[in-house]
Amino acid sequence: MRRDVFILGEVRDGRIHPVTYELLAWGKELANKLEAGLSALVLGHNLEHLEEIIYYGADKVFYFEHPKLGSFNVEIYADVLVPFIRKIEPDIVLAGATTTGRTIMPYLAGKLKAGLTADCTSLDIEEKTGLLLQTRPAIGGNVLATIKTPYCKPQMATVRPKGKKPLERDTKRVGEIEIIRPQIDLNPRIEILEIKPREEEISLVDAEVVIAGGKGLKDPKNFSLLFEISKLLDSSAVGASRAVVDMGWIEYPHQVGLSGKTVNPKVYIAVGISGAVQHLAGMINSESVIAINKDPEAPIFQVADLGIVGDALEILPVLKRKLEERKR
Amino acid sequence: MNIYVLVKQVPATDKVKIDETTGTMKREEIEAVINPLDLYAIEASLQIKELYKGDAYITAISMGPPKAEEVLREAIAMGCDGGILLSDRAFAGADTWATSYTIATLIKRLKPFSLIITGERATDGETGQVGPSLAGQLDLPIVTYTSKIIEINEEYSILERETEYGTEIVKTKLPGVISVTKAIGEPRLPTLRGKIRARNTKIEVFDLEKLGVRDEEVGLSGSLTRVVKVFYPKISRSGKKIKARNPDEAVDCIIKFLEERSIL
Repeated sequence: MRRDVFILGEVRDGRIHPVTYELLAWGKELANKLEAGLSALVLGHNLEHLEEIIYYGADKVFYFEHPKLGSFNVEIYADVLVPFIRKIEPDIVLAGATTTGRTIMPYLAGKLKAGLTADCTSLDIEEKTGLLLQTRPAIGGNVLATIKTPYCKPQMATVRPKGKKPLERDTKRVGEIEIIRPQIDLNPRIEILEIKPREEEISLVDAEVVIAGGKGLKDPKNFSLLFEISKLLDSSAVGASRAVVDMGWIEYPHQVGLSGKTVNPKVYIAVGISGAVQHLAGMINSESVIAINKDPEAPIFQVADLGIVGDALEILPVLKRKLEERKR
Repeated sequence: MNIYVLVKQVPATDKVKIDETTGTMKREEIEAVINPLDLYAIEASLQIKELYKGDAYITAISMGPPKAEEVLREAIAMGCDGGILLSDRAFAGADTWATSYTIATLIKRLKPFSLIITGERATDGETGQVGPSLAGQLDLPIVTYTSKIIEINEEYSILERETEYGTEIVKTKLPGVISVTKAIGEPRLPTLRGKIRARNTKIEVFDLEKLGVRDEEVGLSGSLTRVVKVFYPKISRSGKKIKARNPDEAVDCIIKFLEERSIL
């Protein structure tokens, strides 16, 4: 039997989340190398436009429809997926390294006794064996490690969001959608009492402009300048280097780098960031980069399209004032 | 109420040195600390102890070399009641599945419990997989990314968790597993009384024999994944550098750059 590559789609607020399309792009590359099919597992309630998953690369969609699958509940997901994965025996299962993926995948792996690699930045197939090669940051993000799961199936991995662009949407692609209506007898021990959506805020990975600060800002208070400038730019968010997150100047969700988020905005503005390899790896795919740093030898300049040698604390207030003037 | 808190000893992240030839960490040269994110797990357990109406006993559990006993004493100094160390050469090289398996085996040998608490992830491996994998192996409910303990009793706990999309209020039956984030609150500092108690508390050590597992079930041989190679990321991109004579000139360059890319 041909063992397909599977991706676990992500659903939010009754809609297919875009990370699903990125996962299809990851999965397609592997499926092509293995000459296997690409299948998507989607769990939800009253979901529409499942054909989009085909348009973005899937050969087959297994859609599990049930009122209890309307929002993510790790126990119910596992109740549906564990027997299914045992029966189908996929070669590979991929999910996004989101809060959902990072919860359900290790939970499933624990139950299935399957190898799982977290937060991969690249995936490949080993030529001789056909095994999945999973590359991820290791040792605190100082190096990359390639990992494989030689003795058991499925080989499971989570990949970080924004790590790959979705394939071109192609409405001529054909595929099969199988709707499964599982019987869910499980009385889950976890009950979601309330969901409060976050107020609209441009997330770091979706922003067109990321303005990121490092130790060169000298004082945690100066991050407020970055936030003020960010507010003056459309679709903008604030990032940070690992060093300042470790020092507690700003929260971890702002961290860009191997051990933080990967971003690819139109413009990445690195302020007072020297550009350790760990940081560069998270922003190197930005369309363009502006670097502001006092040290002309800082490695960040090697990746900058516009490098400004100067004191960020003198430049930022002027930038803020000039942007404010333009707004008027 | 019995509570188990999982803690790990990790290298201090910013001081990691890599052996250029082997690509492995020079462990002996690095200062070892308690995983900073585990302090929040300890803090959560202490908050639960305060919130709970009856008696609660918190045991910190770690797996590592004999030296990892230090992090258990640190947990006791902060307010935990006891510590257990899983330590044996055979446990070395464990991936997240084998680590979870070893801890799960221990927990099955211990007294019944209400909660297992973990941090979000360890700052060395950064997988965040041990908590959910352990819950899967023990068939327990898990609440990840917990940001607040709202209610706790013998039967259930009400918790707040944070995701990319917002906040959820969840109710979970006990026993269960929770992993907590920094949002749980600033970890308290060790007290003098705690430090004295930490010095005088006997740490129970479980080795392979005492745990009652076979060599091949744990450590590297019990692991489902293998590291094939370790390497430095390659970065290449070309850029140009200007030296601004004054901030005004620098800002004009930035604004022009943003205009050219239709940001402004």
